[in-house]
Amino acid sequence: MLQQNIKYEESRDPDFARWATEQTGGENIRRCIQCGTCSATCPVSSYMDHTPRQLIHLAREGFKKEVLSSFTLWLCASCYSCRVDCPKDIHVTDFMYALKRRAMAERVYPKRFPIPVLAQEFSRMVQWFGRVNETIVAAVMFLRTDWFKLLGQTGLGLKLMRTGRLSVFPESIRGRSELQRMLKAAEASKEKEVASR
Amino acid sequence: MKYLYFPGCSLKGTGKAYDESLRAVFAALDIELSELEDWNCCGATAYANIDETKSHVLAARNLAIAEKQDLQLIAPCSACYLVLNKTQHALREQEQTRRVVKEALAAAGLQYKDSVTIRHPLDVLINDVGFDKLAKRVKAPLKGRKFAAYYGCQIVRPYATFDDQYNPTSMEKLLKTAGAECVEYPLKTRCCGGSLTGTLPEVGLRLSYILLKEARRRGAEALVTVCPLCQFNLDAYQDKMEEQFDMPILYFTQVLGLAFGLDPRELGIKRGIVSAEAMLAGGR
Ligand code: SF4
Ligand code: SF4
Repeated sequence: MLQQNIKYEESRDPDFARWATEQTGGENIRRCIQCGTCSATCPVSSYMDHTPRQLIHLAREGFKKEVLSSFTLWLCASCYSCRVDCPKDIHVTDFMYALKRRAMAERVYPKRFPIPVLAQEFSRMVQWFGRVNETIVAAVMFLRTDWFKLLGQTGLGLKLMRTGRLSVFPESIRGRSELQRMLKAAEASKEKEVASR
Repeated sequence: MKYLYFPGCSLKGTGKAYDESLRAVFAALDIELSELEDWNCCGATAYANIDETKSHVLAARNLAIAEKQDLQLIAPCSACYLVLNKTQHALREQEQTRRVVKEALAAAGLQYKDSVTIRHPLDVLINDVGFDKLAKRVKAPLKGRKFAAYYGCQIVRPYATFDDQYNPTSMEKLLKTAGAECVEYPLKTRCCGGSLTGTLPEVGLRLSYILLKEARRRGAEALVTVCPLCQFNLDAYQDKMEEQFDMPILYFTQVLGLAFGLDPRELGIKRGIVSAEAMLAGGR
């Protein structure tokens, strides 16, 4: 236990620490005074392996592997409590988003883990149709993670059907191709920015 | 009065009752709602996990379409409300985001000049319509009903625009105007679990459970919410909790509609998985 808590200089990655401070939400992490207000106000910190306060310190010190593989990122419910309570105006929630994106880009998250899968399926559906059908997104998420759990949802499905809240047909916007053009243009413009840097 | 209306995906699906009751209440007040032309999903909390800039592009398309008409934009879902506001802030504060979004909009022949005001329906009812006018419209006050007013996260955080971030009180005032009583409810801005209830139920359910337990302990007969995801989490999973509360979860627009004397069918009261009928019948 004690040994796990010892950190070695050699496992620090200064590039990651720099990257962290360049992200939306990461700009001010060097100002963090480690007061722990974020961890205290966070409704899910008791389930986290590293509290938000610890995660911020690990990130700014460059402990890349620990940060990106932390369960904490995926537990964040985007409730913004930490952000509004932080005395140093650190945008912890946005920083969590940045870390989640990096973890997904580097594929360091547990396989068949529902949270990133939900985000992926949700986004795929938005890109494709312009709108999201909650039922379909949820069903695909269960199929990709633990299809057995989908069966456990039938009771809920029936109740939603009975109350007229279940729709199984995806709605689509008229400007689908327009939206796809926009997303492509955003991609191209971002690549240009990166190249010119 | 006339507003643009951005229902969002949830109000077309599991949050139908919110859409129905909102339209009914606004119609009863002679406020016209014009649904935003070909709106797209705001991206919610999920899209920002994948790509930050593109999440702003999604929201910006809606803002650009809204700007073509000189009307304020009503967004009832807390996630939509937050995301639209967030993109507006990012466009103001981040030069790079502004540049990329501009190019993306141009690819679809759109532009955005930052002139849209995003409003929550609670804000509109209280500040544009006003309590006097609301009180005059109340025909069937909900006497003796005790509610817990629950705001959740994203309507007050991080951008509190029309109420206090830590202790919002606008909904209580509205419910009192409807003739109901409100219990003290210190957990009113605590998180319901959001999408965790679907992805990691052991965590999400616990958060929802805490909210319901406290509402019951304080003597609330129903919990009143402003968000389709909060409504869903608190309503649809009650039978999975360690304790059975049997507590109806209503939208503030439903409560107001009932007080206006509108037909419960028009307000989607029957769409609750935990039925509100017994509770409402007990009072009238
Ligand atoms: S509340 Fe702010 S300053 Fe305090 S530990 Fe958290 S991030 Fe650091
Ligand atoms: S936004 Fe995330 S990290 Fe911050 S308090 Fe909420 S759940 Fe915790």
